Amino acid sequence: MAARQETVARVEAIDVDAYKYGFTTDIESEKAPKGLSEDIVRFISAKKNEPDWLTQWRLEAYRRWLTMREPDWARVHYPPIDYQDLYYYSAPKSTPGPKTIDDVDPELLRTYEKLGIPLREQEILAGVETRKVAVDAVFDSVSVATTFKEELAKAGVIFCPISEAVQTHPELVRQYLGSVVPVTDNYFATLNSAVYSDGSFVYVPKGVRCPMELSTYFRINEQKTGQFERTLIIADAGSYVSYLEGCTAPKRDENQLHAAVVELVALDDAEIKYSTVQNWYPGDSAGKGGIYNFVTKRGDCRGRNAHISWTQVETGSTITWKYPSCILRGDNSQGEFYSIAVSNGHQQVDSGTKMIHLGRNTKSRIVSKGISAGKSQNTYRGQVSAHRKAEGARNYTQCDSLLIGHDCGAHTVPYIESKNPSAQFEHEATTSKISEDQLFYAMQRGLSAEEATALIVNGFVRDVLQQLPMEFAVEAQKLISISLEGSVG
Amino acid sequence: MLEIKNLHVSVGDREILKGLTLTVKDGEVAAIMGPNGTGKSTLSYVIAGREGYDVTQGEVLLNGENILDLDPHERAARGLFLAFQYPVEIPGVATMQFLKATLNAQRRSRGEPELQTPDLMKRVRDAAAKLGVSQEMLRRPLNSGFSGGEKKRMEVLQMALLEPSVGILDETDSGLDIDALRVVSEGVNTLRSPHRSFLVITHYQRLLDYIRPDTVHVMAQGRIQRSGGPELALELEKNGYRDYIAEEAA
Repeated sequence: MAARQETVARVEAIDVDAYKYGFTTDIESEKAPKGLSEDIVRFISAKKNEPDWLTQWRLEAYRRWLTMREPDWARVHYPPIDYQDLYYYSAPKSTPGPKTIDDVDPELLRTYEKLGIPLREQEILAGVETRKVAVDAVFDSVSVATTFKEELAKAGVIFCPISEAVQTHPELVRQYLGSVVPVTDNYFATLNSAVYSDGSFVYVPKGVRCPMELSTYFRINEQKTGQFERTLIIADAGSYVSYLEGCTAPKRDENQLHAAVVELVALDDAEIKYSTVQNWYPGDSAGKGGIYNFVTKRGDCRGRNAHISWTQVETGSTITWKYPSCILRGDNSQGEFYSIAVSNGHQQVDSGTKMIHLGRNTKSRIVSKGISAGKSQNTYRGQVSAHRKAEGARNYTQCDSLLIGHDCGAHTVPYIESKNPSAQFEHEATTSKISEDQLFYAMQRGLSAEEATALIVNGFVRDVLQQLPMEFAVEAQKLISISLEGSVG
Repeated sequence: MLEIKNLHVSVGDREILKGLTLTVKDGEVAAIMGPNGTGKSTLSYVIAGREGYDVTQGEVLLNGENILDLDPHERAARGLFLAFQYPVEIPGVATMQFLKATLNAQRRSRGEPELQTPDLMKRVRDAAAKLGVSQEMLRRPLNSGFSGGEKKRMEVLQMALLEPSVGILDETDSGLDIDALRVVSEGVNTLRSPHRSFLVITHYQRLLDYIRPDTVHVMAQGRIQRSGGPELALELEKNGYRDYIAEEAA
């Protein structure tokens, strides 16, 4: 009887929207006036007390942006975005700038607690099982807390909001900001350059292995507010850092815009491992609301033997437009891209990577797993290219799609271009459906349709999950099952 | 105990089972024999709850409860196990992981505590050793790249772990050489108990040399045509199914 009730409860839970992070935080915020103009750009820059070069840099981006057109080549459809109907800056009033954790508004602390992100260091230390992870928490347009800063500083690692880095390490910011994703790069990146408000900054000095995982947790709370964060990670020669990014947003009926830029720089023999668990609100079952996620992420293997690896688990957003890329400039450098993109309901995903081989003997590896359910459309778009001088470049691409149900679509769009005859590029692609045989077999052994689907999907994405730091792999696995709830039967 | 009463099943416009009635008592091993295409596999799928079959009339009772309205996993949790003729591959899911997931799902739905990993591993290893299933196989994705014999052994291993009250073996002998047949049959025989019933579906008498049935039923044209003891299987082996097919055609 209890089992029966549990089943009923489970089925009911599936009917309502399964998104678990859809609550809003009731907190007063300070906003810039609605709309976008040079004044707004200056307003944001002034809020951050920025040096003149940065204000000019933003303004140049803004003027450039005015001349650009929104890209339309992706396989996504959405009504035109009214850029004048958005707020470009919103900060919780109680937190004028990042300070110690005791000064953070308890309402904010509760928000992160609810999201499962510990911001109090002693609480993290009290947990015996969890490994230490330093967190930078970004709420709407500002960073509200960064943990373990002192401990990291002892190792020489700088981990702080980028707005703070501009004040404390202006030379580093000036040298690297926009050096991977130039101001002119693309419509959304240029917009971001003009109006970005905060994000994380990481510098790992020569030969240092960062003593803990770093992570940034992005939360969009305010209505009609765009989030434009900017992340800059520099791994100096011979260093190593592993970084994780997580994102959620409240359920809102209107669409929210998120246009981030992430730049990674790896110098000689340095390694950066960047993982994302993206769980922005995907919209409701009728396709209403959700985040528009237009993100430019790029890593530059600037030195010899540099190594950059992107791992992403994408379950949220109503529209995803995102191609974390590697420029393999240094000889023998390596780029990797491991991706799981789950789409359900009315979600549209156009995601993939670019591996640009410039240096000799550069290697790249792409493993992409797309899972489409409901009425969603899931496109892998990837570019692999070898420059004339990229002697001995090698790429391996594996691109698998899994369909659940009859109303969804999976598409694979690879662009492969080689200007060097010694380059070796391999591309493998498969599309499959969860078979009724598999489902029935697993159900006969005791799994419900939902559990059986989750198990089969987890098998499908296994080789990518293995790339994630262990504790996040478990989270990601749960997240994938939640995203697929209601996709069968 | 399994009771099938006047079961009528159609697929599309075609009626496949036409009033099949059969009772398998606690502790009984019943064999169903019959020509190909007579609905033997349909019967096993309908009992286990596969979609795509219309039950137009009749009942299937598992330990007294009509299970026809239950989902396959609910039937499984109530003690029904079907050993597949063609076990399905599940890529990327390690066999041990699958065993853990299914065993604990059944325990959860019966309101029993889940097994902790060490306890579970011990149970699996013990059962695997008896069936000659290697540790290496337990690490591999379920049924992926397994030989025919390995797949059938894996079915019996799962049955041993899940401890059903009714086990259905659907053409378990197909694709097995003599050695594999012996191992699999011994595995089934050790599971025989006064509280467990088996329904053994087979085309050939061969399997019944190893798993000795208490009763033998001849199925043809969607019905049980004749029931008897083990001697009936020998008679079929000698004369084939001719009589039954002729009878139906007439």
